[in-house]
Amino acid sequence: MTPQLELRNLAIGFADRLILNDIGLALRKGQIGCLLGPSASGKTTLLRTIAGFQAPSLGQILIHGRVVSRPDWCLAPERRQVGMVFQDFALFPNLTVEGNIAFGLRGEQGTAKRVLELLKLVGLAEVATVYPHEISGGQQQRVALARAIAPHPEILLLDEPFSSIDPEFREQLAREVQSILRQEGITAIFVTHNQYEAFLLADEIGVLGEGRLLQWDSAYNLYHCPANRFVANFIGRGVFLPGCVVDGQSIETALGVVRGRIPDGCKDGCPVDLLVRPDDVVTATDGGTKVRVVDKVFQGPTFQYTLALEDGAKLLCIAPSHLDYQINERIRVRLDAKHLIVFPKETPLATVSNSCKNRIDADLPS
Amino acid sequence: MVKKSIAIQPYPWWSRLPYWRGGMALLAAFLALPLLTVLGFSLQPAGDVWRHLQQTVLAEYVCNSLLLALGVGAGTLVIGVCTAWLTSLCEFPGRRFMQWALLLPLAMPAYIIAYTYSGMLDFSGPVQSALREAFSWSSGEYWFPELRSLGGAITMLSLVLYPYVYMLARAAFLEQSVCALEVSRTLGRGPWRSFFSVALPLARPAIVVGASLVLMETLADYGTVKYFGLSTFTTGIFRTWFGHGDAAAAAQLSAVMMVFVFVLIVLERYSRRQAAYHHTSSRYKALPLHRLTGLRAALALAACLLPVALGFLIPAGQLLAWAAGTAAMLDAAFLELVSNSLMLAGIASSLTLIIAVFLAYGRRANGSRLLNGALHVASLGYAIPGTVIAVGVMIPFAWLDNTLDAWLRENFGISSGLLLSGTLVSLLFAYVVRFVAIALHSVEAGLGKIRPAMDEAARSLGKRPWEVLYRVHVPVIWGTLLSAALLVFVDVLKELPATLVLRPFNFNTLAVRAFELASDERLMDSASAAIAIVAVGILPVILLSRSISRARPGHDTPT
Repeated sequence: MTPQLELRNLAIGFADRLILNDIGLALRKGQIGCLLGPSASGKTTLLRTIAGFQAPSLGQILIHGRVVSRPDWCLAPERRQVGMVFQDFALFPNLTVEGNIAFGLRGEQGTAKRVLELLKLVGLAEVATVYPHEISGGQQQRVALARAIAPHPEILLLDEPFSSIDPEFREQLAREVQSILRQEGITAIFVTHNQYEAFLLADEIGVLGEGRLLQWDSAYNLYHCPANRFVANFIGRGVFLPGCVVDGQSIETALGVVRGRIPDGCKDGCPVDLLVRPDDVVTATDGGTKVRVVDKVFQGPTFQYTLALEDGAKLLCIAPSHLDYQINERIRVRLDAKHLIVFPKETPLATVSNSCKNRIDADLPS
Repeated sequence: MVKKSIAIQPYPWWSRLPYWRGGMALLAAFLALPLLTVLGFSLQPAGDVWRHLQQTVLAEYVCNSLLLALGVGAGTLVIGVCTAWLTSLCEFPGRRFMQWALLLPLAMPAYIIAYTYSGMLDFSGPVQSALREAFSWSSGEYWFPELRSLGGAITMLSLVLYPYVYMLARAAFLEQSVCALEVSRTLGRGPWRSFFSVALPLARPAIVVGASLVLMETLADYGTVKYFGLSTFTTGIFRTWFGHGDAAAAAQLSAVMMVFVFVLIVLERYSRRQAAYHHTSSRYKALPLHRLTGLRAALALAACLLPVALGFLIPAGQLLAWAAGTAAMLDAAFLELVSNSLMLAGIASSLTLIIAVFLAYGRRANGSRLLNGALHVASLGYAIPGTVIAVGVMIPFAWLDNTLDAWLRENFGISSGLLLSGTLVSLLFAYVVRFVAIALHSVEAGLGKIRPAMDEAARSLGKRPWEVLYRVHVPVIWGTLLSAALLVFVDVLKELPATLVLRPFNFNTLAVRAFELASDERLMDSASAAIAIVAVGILPVILLSRSISRARPGHDTPT
């Protein structure tokens, strides 16, 4: 099946400096993709390149199998049928909600019907004739969404769509947006720096960092099988615990010997780093390793403890909130990892270095 | 984000062409020509006339101009800050009316109020006549303040210029986050001490901006000081030029004057930047108004009414009375004055607007540091006195005319006469230089409402660049363009010194005619021209009063 959106070896730069290199990904029709990365990682630039506001320095962009961007040629933004929802919504202040939604529609007959349909879909029928500045941020967001999907775009691009919404409404709005996109069967790709938004909405998530697409994968795999240290650091919480390979399938760490799969090419005695998630550390009544409680945060059902090992290394630990330890109390913990995420020591951040057997397979770009 | 060559900008292709940049640079240089001419002359060795000036009258010019500026500065600060404070922080009957009525004196050019009061207060005027009759005094038996003095000029200018301070101070008070005031209250300061220790210091940058605008206008004033017979820079430049016939010395005098203007420009720019960063909290809530009752309310109302009455109602009433008495003046000659003025203002404002739109779009599409700098210099015109601009336009244009004429005579035996100087071209050019900053400011404010993402949104919704321009830009900035044109139109109509110098022979406008008649002591005859100027001048006041009340979301609007 032809992917709805495909990026091939894309590189983007300003003047003589490349800010993104070797980006490759594919999105099938109806899928929702997400570009996730820290600020200034080039996610918005990538989105704008897909929209056609920016030409790539290398590589190609294909929409439904047709090349729309090459370094020497770009289809004009207005001719590639790409809808875009902007970070600040960019509603036209001189037009009503209706007028904004109808802006991209051509022809008289279909327009009124489609506008009405969308007003119902996004639940804004009662403010149809009102101007954008008179409605709330969440409503403006939905107008921007309706305006972008009104002309049935091939791809919908959303640039940090929830960043200007109050945090308490974000999750609800994200769910609404997701259900609207699913109902309309829209292929969409959005940009965010908030991983929980990405987890909530996206089928496929790409982590951008160090000028590259570091992993294009499902949320589950990003968390449980990060391809490199950057992704491991960026997704979820955790600390790297130094260790040493002992007998081909065990690692000796300050928390004792743990068994699991070891990266290829790691021989006995090879120094490695083990990614320890807060939920991998459990308290033990006997045995285990002695640690000191340094900090605690009450989170309702759980406490998040920061623990210090003998050698000063810190660990995070999530414990049920009935286990209420005092600061400086000494407790015992052990590792309870279902699988190991191990990186050879001294590998650069972005190098693919984790061989993970726990992944749910999806096609990685070459 | 840096946008360099590979970025496909959402702006139409024609705005990115190299000639647009070149055109902008050329235009900026052209607009800076008068200023550069004047400054260039300051580098030339001083001539005889200049040495003569230096030995005799220069000290007087500097002294008078400074005293005038100090006096007007103090006067406008007192009136402007007090009225702004009363109307934005206290509630009293008539406050809503006063908050825009206080802007009315803006419609009254200083030279018009000066001669109106002269007519009312001089020996044969209605006031002194009435006093003599009432107390049966005879001439010489009583003392009456002499209006034609430095003090008189300070009073006249203060009465019409205080709205600048009022406007900016009021906007600053309204825009202040109420949080800052509330923090002060929770830290144990009462409402009045909070005002003095928090609100006033927070508004200070805005007040300084207002005061520097006032001082620029004061320095630039020609009509009032000329009419009152005071020797200041502006009258000195006129005298040097026309009396001594020495353009170079006039330019050098202008250059000295520009030193003072530059101090004001620096002060203004610095304070604007301060004002921009002064707000640390963005939570706005209407300031709680202090309710005044009884005597206090009456006093507050009187304090606001007084400047409006003195600065607008009384002189406007007197002018109307005079104009009614001289209705016979409304003849064909008067109609010609009106049509001249309207034509000139119409052409000048359209020209200025076109240039401002060109520059604003150019800057938006391909702004660079160099261009920004050039535009800053080009838009300094608002601060340069009309007299100085006139000198700076006249010298290069006359040189061009003479050179061209001499060349044509020598090679072809024909004379081109005066193509630029002494024609409407030089006058229109001076207007553009003086007022392009006003138009540019409005147009850029309007364009600022169109965020780049809006262009991109329209493009991604299938609109071609020209459709974006027509369907998004035009509807959004239309109102701004109109009000920019109106502001320039009215300013051109009121402009006096540059028009006096640069107008073609026998070409009169309302402002010039009103001033000439008044200078010939035909005050009543000049009233119809004056009242026409004042009536048109009310238009921008209405615009301003609407924008000032919209300055802050959620604040009450005048009805």
